[in-house]
Amino acid sequence: MENIIEIKDLHFSYNNAEDGSGEKPQEVLRGIDLTIGEGEFVAVLGHNGSGKSTLAKHINAILLPTQGSVTVGGIDTTDEERIFELRQCAGMVFQNPDNQIVSSIVEEDVAFGLENMGVPYEEMRKRVDDSLRAVGMYDYRLHSPSQLSGGQKQRVAIAGIIAMQPRCIILDEPTAMLDPQGRREVMATIKQMNREKGITIVLITHYMDEAAQCERVVVMDKGLVVMDDTPRAVFARVDRVKEIGLDVPQATELCWELRRAGVDIPGDIITEEECAEALEKIFG
Amino acid sequence: MLRDITIGQFFPGDSIIHRLDPRFKIIITIIYIVMLFIGRSFWCLLVGAVFTVMAILLSKIPFKMFLKSVKPLLPFLLITALLNLFLVDSGETLFQWRFLKITEGGLNISVFMMVRIVMLIMGSSLLTYTTSPITLTDAIERLLSPLKKLRFPVHELAMMMSIALRFIPTLIEETDKIMSAQKARGAEIDTGSFMNRARNMIAILIPLFISSFRRADELATAMECRCYNGGEGRTRLRQMHSAARDYIALAVTLLFLAAAIVISILTK
Repeated sequence: MENIIEIKDLHFSYNNAEDGSGEKPQEVLRGIDLTIGEGEFVAVLGHNGSGKSTLAKHINAILLPTQGSVTVGGIDTTDEERIFELRQCAGMVFQNPDNQIVSSIVEEDVAFGLENMGVPYEEMRKRVDDSLRAVGMYDYRLHSPSQLSGGQKQRVAIAGIIAMQPRCIILDEPTAMLDPQGRREVMATIKQMNREKGITIVLITHYMDEAAQCERVVVMDKGLVVMDDTPRAVFARVDRVKEIGLDVPQATELCWELRRAGVDIPGDIITEEECAEALEKIFG
Repeated sequence: MLRDITIGQFFPGDSIIHRLDPRFKIIITIIYIVMLFIGRSFWCLLVGAVFTVMAILLSKIPFKMFLKSVKPLLPFLLITALLNLFLVDSGETLFQWRFLKITEGGLNISVFMMVRIVMLIMGSSLLTYTTSPITLTDAIERLLSPLKKLRFPVHELAMMMSIALRFIPTLIEETDKIMSAQKARGAEIDTGSFMNRARNMIAILIPLFISSFRRADELATAMECRCYNGGEGRTRLRQMHSAARDYIALAVTLLFLAAAIVISILTK
């Protein structure tokens, strides 16, 4: 499997020296090594201030490393000549759906990236329609974004990225501002993009149940990667996860409490179905 | 209450006027304004009036809406009419009371100006009634694009305009929320003296500004992520095609203009 994202010894600090406050620059990322293979579905977990959003912004060259290097699809993020190529390769979806939609008409917003890339009309029309169908928003193509729900807006934002045919999509807490219905819609869309189009997904989240649906979980704490494994292996270490200040999925938590109370139940349960099954076996 | 605000007051429809190429519509509106200002006789205005009525009928928008468009400018209209009525001194005196004097010339000019301004408002309302603001912005960008050679930032202005249009509903919603939040904390926005209310508006404006700056910052990042790089080398999803009907409409307008010119020469 080819690596699409290679991060080597990444350090980053916001430069406070310029504002004259004389504060010591605060190091947000303190030496991150991470490689992500093509087609992977990775969740990045961490509580507020762990540096997970800062890390995401490095993949898209919005922020550049203070030290170390970030390579995406073979392009170094500090290579200004190839910055548009890089951004086409790695698309980014942000938390607030309202603040990333540019146009007053859904289909024109989806076309925004393509217009910037200078894609000819016929090709653009086709790609816009295909992306809207892929996220299930084709019927809304002539609506105004203000008429849509949060989940629908976020799917439009995803369509706008997919239209650019990236190899990788970074989503920075895309469901944080949505209701449960919107969260389900967005998660289903992301999974489908990964499965059907083989797009690499880096999902930054603080919802444990979303992380549990991924193939791989990277846990960050104080600017470092502290865990990097399958969700099952990560969440099995309940004590460690809680120590970092994160929760585990509710099903895992329940089993963990049961084990502490002396019930013989497996420690690596992460979904509700597994949990129900295990409980039935014991008590049923 | 804030939800009622509409900008540009576009009435979606499928009439022939709606379907005209917006670039042509803008040009036709400009010719129409020239037509109104070219002549000094009522005959010229009659040509304009026929044109206006024809266009309004074709647009299938109720005439009531056009009267509504004149309403906010009524005070201005009345002041102009009164000033002309009393200050122009030419021809036979029709009425005199102390220093107030109405002459035939004054009456003529006063009515003439009124009719001209009303028609001007109605004609330009027709443009905004039948063209959505975003299409209008786009058409203006294309019409002004030759100015790019003079380094006039056409694309940038159009982009700002369309982002402003995009964010109007978002900001209205946000203002509503902030107002409710401040009311819940006891701010008097709808009651109290004028000065008090004005002072309390600050409690709404400051949070609104702060959040707008935050939105602007996030939007700029999102646009950069989608390879935004100014107007250079951009292609467009929205295509504008001029069809036969656009040229016919333009030809008809020019015909009316010619008629107005001929009449203004003949009635000199």
